[in-house]
Amino acid sequence: MRSTKFSRRDLLKASSALAVGAAGGTVFADPLRAAPPPADAITPALIEAAKKEGKVVFYTAMDLAFAERLGKSFGEKFPGIAARVERSGAERVFTRIDQEYKSNVHAVDVVNTADQAHVILWKRNGWLAQYLPEEVVKNYDKKYYDPEGFELVTRVLVSPFGINTNLVKKEDAPKSFADLLDPKWSGKMVKGHPAYSGTIMNATFQIARDLGWSFFEKLAKQNVLQVQSATDTPKKIALGERAIMIDGAGYLVIRGKEEGQPVDVIYPEEGTPLATSPSCLMKAAPNPNAGRLFHNWMHGREAQQILIDYARQYSPHGQAVEKPGVRKLSEIKLMKEDPEGVEKSADEVKRRYAEIFKV
Amino acid sequence: MTIAISEQVPRTVHGFDYTRVVLYGFALALVLLIVLPMSWLVYYAFSSPSGGITLSNFTRLFSESTFIDPLITTFVLATSTSVICCIVAAPMGWLVARTDMPLRRTTRLMVTASFVTPPFLGAIAWELLAAPNSGLINQAYRVLTGAPADDHLFNIYSFAGLTFVIACYTFPYVFVLVANALDRTPGDLEDASSILGGSAWDTARRVTIPLAMPAVLAGALVAFLQAMTLFGSPAILALPAGFHTMTTKIWSLFQYPPKPELAAAAALPLLILTVLLLRAEHMILGRRGYAVLGGKNSDPRIVPLGVLRWPAVLLCFGILLCPVFLPYGALFNAAFSRIASQVISINNFTFHNIYFVFFELSATKLAFYNTFVLGIATATLGTILALVISYLTTRQAVAGHRVLGFLATAPVAIPGIVLGVGLFLSYTRPPFVLYGTLWILLLAFLTLSLPAAYQQMQSAFRSIHPELEDASRILGATRLRALREITAPLLRTSVIATWCFVFVGTIRELSAAIMLFTSETKVISVLIFDLNESGDLAAISVLGIIMLIITFGIVALANRLRIGGGPVRLRNY
Repeated sequence: MRSTKFSRRDLLKASSALAVGAAGGTVFADPLRAAPPPADAITPALIEAAKKEGKVVFYTAMDLAFAERLGKSFGEKFPGIAARVERSGAERVFTRIDQEYKSNVHAVDVVNTADQAHVILWKRNGWLAQYLPEEVVKNYDKKYYDPEGFELVTRVLVSPFGINTNLVKKEDAPKSFADLLDPKWSGKMVKGHPAYSGTIMNATFQIARDLGWSFFEKLAKQNVLQVQSATDTPKKIALGERAIMIDGAGYLVIRGKEEGQPVDVIYPEEGTPLATSPSCLMKAAPNPNAGRLFHNWMHGREAQQILIDYARQYSPHGQAVEKPGVRKLSEIKLMKEDPEGVEKSADEVKRRYAEIFKV
Repeated sequence: MTIAISEQVPRTVHGFDYTRVVLYGFALALVLLIVLPMSWLVYYAFSSPSGGITLSNFTRLFSESTFIDPLITTFVLATSTSVICCIVAAPMGWLVARTDMPLRRTTRLMVTASFVTPPFLGAIAWELLAAPNSGLINQAYRVLTGAPADDHLFNIYSFAGLTFVIACYTFPYVFVLVANALDRTPGDLEDASSILGGSAWDTARRVTIPLAMPAVLAGALVAFLQAMTLFGSPAILALPAGFHTMTTKIWSLFQYPPKPELAAAAALPLLILTVLLLRAEHMILGRRGYAVLGGKNSDPRIVPLGVLRWPAVLLCFGILLCPVFLPYGALFNAAFSRIASQVISINNFTFHNIYFVFFELSATKLAFYNTFVLGIATATLGTILALVISYLTTRQAVAGHRVLGFLATAPVAIPGIVLGVGLFLSYTRPPFVLYGTLWILLLAFLTLSLPAAYQQMQSAFRSIHPELEDASRILGATRLRALREITAPLLRTSVIATWCFVFVGTIRELSAAIMLFTSETKVISVLIFDLNESGDLAAISVLGIIMLIITFGIVALANRLRIGGGPVRLRNY
């Protein structure tokens, strides 16, 4: 699998190519530039080739129920191609792929992470295939896909507060990060871990940047229940284990509320952390055609509508129909996302976090 | 050259001792199994990330509080677990083995149940029971006493909670050893004490307890080592509580970017501590002979409890509430409830969780398949390995048998996660690229199950006096024939018990698997751990219950197996 790795010479070539034909600045700034692939539609030939492979392996950080729902819908749409879902936290998925690839184990076809910083590294390692679905080019805002086709944004995540309304009334609930430091919330809060979850990694980075690490130092004295996943914090408040979720998957709180659980979502005054969740097709995918098909389908209208209707997340698809009940992204005061910053300081974030929270 | 001719002594064809060849083969396999990954571990412990020999890993280990704290925590945790286990299990073992307490068989079965319950599953079940706010016990407490909303009786996310849960699933080790020892202790020694005028107390103090002591001490040791090397329960309960044990710390060092050098260094103190403990045990017990099954034998003596019969039962079942009845109830509840923290009622009863696990969770089928293949392979190979090695060491059949015994016991000292790392380092590069296959997991499970299997087989061998084999060999049988016709029939029960022991131990193994799995080689334990991290308690409950059913099926099957003569009773645990 030598072909999956870029040598330094390739990198040099690519960067000199960049120097010659530097393209306009996008959010995907990276020294590696390659020709954009032609936009690809779902053709009978692709479906046929994918069927021969019979399966697609999808590593993802999305909530398990949603990921399996996606996989199942894909299998129903394309009978004979089973989607196997490997769900874990984005940082865990990242570690897994790193371990596997360094041992020449190429099991993953398509990966969805909740941390854009990962894509920077994978791309640098030369692990990603270029692929642009036709529907993406037609319907996605330019900021939601890489013109070179290395990554497509699958969903946009926010990490607001959540509360259990049986344990705390909405009017009494904390409105800002500063409120969380009130001693009355000691022992009543639950929080995810940045070494597990990409959402939490981005949230931690943004909060530390905007409010300073001193915020976390004070928060650590509040006897916070430390769980791992951004999808676990909403479940912990739904169970009634804690009254307040400090960070995590806002979409699960909204879903829970719509299902009748005593939970509600609060967007903190200082700003709500933001994590854009991209997906990539791997260059060394063991099922390249099924991978392309899945990658293509997942960013198409049908899957994106499941993302909105079922998973209650923000879709980058211009034609997808919004379903009321979720506050519009433009109406939320968001913290600024900075994938390059996360990529550079992820280790530092994990280290300081472990120092402060002891785990 | 004339000397060569004089050496042509006629050979006896049937007299050649084939065992020696087999024996050295096994010794070599064992060395490869254990020494290779451990060599990598030591190598890494003394390497710097950029290459070259260094002590800086150890400097960091013993100077930074992020490493010292887990070290101390682990030591206190293991010690307290060990003490609790002995206090609980030794009297229980005596009650079922040497008294006329009613429901002794049921008690043994229930201890078996707690033994085969994966500790991480127990930890998750205890989260359902005793999480400070959503835990069922704490909810019941608030309802019954009218205590305010954030008041709680138990907090499982604490050091005490973790110790309690680990003890729940570690005490069977002590129980098994004690009960077995007492089962095998012949009554004639105690009879002799009584005949010579010893009171019941004297007999207990001078005869029964000293005879059981090796088992209790061995049990304490096993409990200590179990608690020290356990990964799942601390990962589930300690991290939310905000502290690390050594195993979780080591594990966290493999998150990106991995720091295998530090992890290897952090593993070495555990290894050394265990080696020292094993030496201590050997010094305490080594010089005495404890062969209790010879050519002549008599039944164990039963002590009548009188009016204390039913209080004794109550005590046993009160204890068993913690590892078995309450957690199983909580898992069952969560499996059929819409919300895991709510007691099943008409309003929230659901089959959706079961549907989800079987028809939506795409990892289920493969995980079960992998788990089964590995369980059967490990149990079969592990039993054979343990059988041969314990024969070699107890009968001192080859030179260097001590080394062999040490090697077979050594994995006890290796936290699964560290062995996982050792194997990872050994088998991710040519010539043996096993990462990504089931082979690497098989190697891990085999190595990890060896000490327990070996200990079981060894104590079985020890309890059979060599005089029986010697008689056979004096009468002209080869070593293999003596083994086949004398030792094997006596060991049949132990062999089957060991097979089951290894099987249930394998399907619940988590700490090495978590380091070695890939998406294609995921096992159920890892799947459950993943689900716990994302808080999918309902799916865990369903998978956990299925896992328990399979485990009990295996145990029941072993109980009913008829080989040759009478039924084989599986009562070692």
